[in-house]
Amino acid sequence: MENSISKEKICQPENLVYSKTPLMTCNPLSYCPGCGHGTAHRMIMEVIEELNMQAETIGVAPVGCSVLAYDFLDIDMQQAAHGRAPAVATGIKRLMPNKLVFTYQGDGDLAAIGTGETLHACNRGENICIFFVNNGIYGMTGGQMAPTTLPNMKTSTSPFGRDAASTGQPLKITELVAMLPGTSYVTRQSVHTPANVRKTKKAIEKAFQCQLEKKGLAFVEIVSNCNSGWKMTPLDSNKWMEENMFPFFPLGDIKVPK
Amino acid sequence: MAKVKGEIVINTERCKGCQLCVPVCQQHTIAMSKNLNSKGYQYATVVNDDCNGCTNCALICPDGVISVYRIKLQETN
Repeated sequence: MENSISKEKICQPENLVYSKTPLMTCNPLSYCPGCGHGTAHRMIMEVIEELNMQAETIGVAPVGCSVLAYDFLDIDMQQAAHGRAPAVATGIKRLMPNKLVFTYQGDGDLAAIGTGETLHACNRGENICIFFVNNGIYGMTGGQMAPTTLPNMKTSTSPFGRDAASTGQPLKITELVAMLPGTSYVTRQSVHTPANVRKTKKAIEKAFQCQLEKKGLAFVEIVSNCNSGWKMTPLDSNKWMEENMFPFFPLGDIKVPK
Repeated sequence: MAKVKGEIVINTERCKGCQLCVPVCQQHTIAMSKNLNSKGYQYATVVNDDCNGCTNCALICPDGVISVYRIKLQETN
């Protein structure tokens, strides 16, 4: 019986259950094959589409792999200097409190050069959302050691593995900002399986809801792979991430709004 | 007899061949093509008719190249 239904009959617009959201532009993504950035972008755009706030949303792009985010996200975007996205977002939100403002940052941007801006924006409890993509490495510049690089992990600037004695332990910035009174919702998610992608979308939805209810800063960390920087295939890097990143960066909500 | 039938459409020119969609498909509907697209990537392709439209592949695809269609089959007595 099933075989009698032709592909053309199924592939009709009324039967469409999932496709790329129109809030993503038609430009091909500049990311490496298998990079989690594309999925993270799409989930944010899907939530904005569901909130029907495309015209009211302003995103702040970082410096890093996602520096070209404004090419892919069909919303108003502002490009910030390296690490300064929370400061720029603060200004935008204070001037235009009715807009939905978010920053999208990587770990080199948010946890290294932008630590000061991040901590102070979180401490002030600015009413913005921060999406933090953590892949434990500087991806764009060629795989150098980042503050979030795991101990003994090989990178191009730590070819014998990160030496925790001289460079310290990885920075758990998400746990750090959860301790600050200004943050309302702090969570860590990932996008390496369909179930985790769905959870991430729920977390992003909750983060935007916190902003709409003016509860304070919402911080969503997305642990992602960097298969080029880690020198693995996308499937291997997802497996490596599960085995090595998640014991150090456990997934789940760290702070939920009251 | 399956109650739903799905179908996926893959934009093969945009596929980067990362293979993330292959293991998440419970019906083993997706495999990598032996051919290359114009960018030189081996692209994902449909190899059987068992798709149930679960959308796992479309969710995991970083480049959003997969569209999923699904219909409910009429019960025939």
